[in-house]
Amino acid sequence: MHYELTDAELVARCRGGDDDAWRVLVERYSRYVYAITVQAFRLPEPDADDVFQEVFARAYEHLGKLRDDSALRPWLAQLTRRLCIDTLRSGSREQPAGEDFEPDGSDDVIEQLDEALSIHEAMRALPDHCAEILDRFFAQDESYRTIGEALELPAGTVASRISRCLTRLRGELEGEGRNAAAASSGGW
Amino acid sequence: MSAYDEERIAELLRLLTPAPEAWVRAAQELPLALRGLDDLVERARADDRFRRALIADLESALAAEGYEPDPAVVELLRRRLPADE
Repeated sequence: MHYELTDAELVARCRGGDDDAWRVLVERYSRYVYAITVQAFRLPEPDADDVFQEVFARAYEHLGKLRDDSALRPWLAQLTRRLCIDTLRSGSREQPAGEDFEPDGSDDVIEQLDEALSIHEAMRALPDHCAEILDRFFAQDESYRTIGEALELPAGTVASRISRCLTRLRGELEGEGRNAAAASSGGW
Repeated sequence: MSAYDEERIAELLRLLTPAPEAWVRAAQELPLALRGLDDLVERARADDRFRRALIADLESALAAEGYEPDPAVVELLRRRLPADE
């Protein structure tokens, strides 16, 4: 699988019909798209499911039109946002045209999700065991006991490993910050 | 990127919970599903009656052909079908 590839490389491979690359792309952005639907737009699960599938269906269909392959994230965010608004609009026919369908604070939530995704991406630079334990504990809300059972580790080791990995991730992010500061420009 | 303390990193990590597995799998299998639908599109191009039946009730037509009528796939197929004349 192509977990180590950049977004631009993944997009290029998807365009070439590489199904594995598509699977990685979906996995990389599934949490982000899901979070926008349920956290920023507070869609109920059935609507969120429809939007989620539609986002990836349109992404797949229009990947060839993406002008900058490295701009996948903002493109997906915008697509998700638009489809969430369409869903809210279609469910509220009684509201006058032009009504703002974006829930209060959705911009702030998306901004936080962008930041969260950057943290998540930084985890790719960590050893697998660190990424896994941090994800299990924080994102999947698993207890020390559950993690310990899954990874065959004593609970005390789980706790100390989480702490060490978190410190390592922080170091990774600080390294990125230094790199970003060193480069005068960049981003999307 | 601004400086992070560990509490802030933890808070952000908690925001990206996994999407339901079935949703992710369905999206990942999209290329396969679409390739499987290619012959339907071809048949619709060649057979006007079949095309009209498809357009009239895509979900049922897909189910009759043995496909899971997933909304995203239905919508993509709808867009790929030749337009009514």
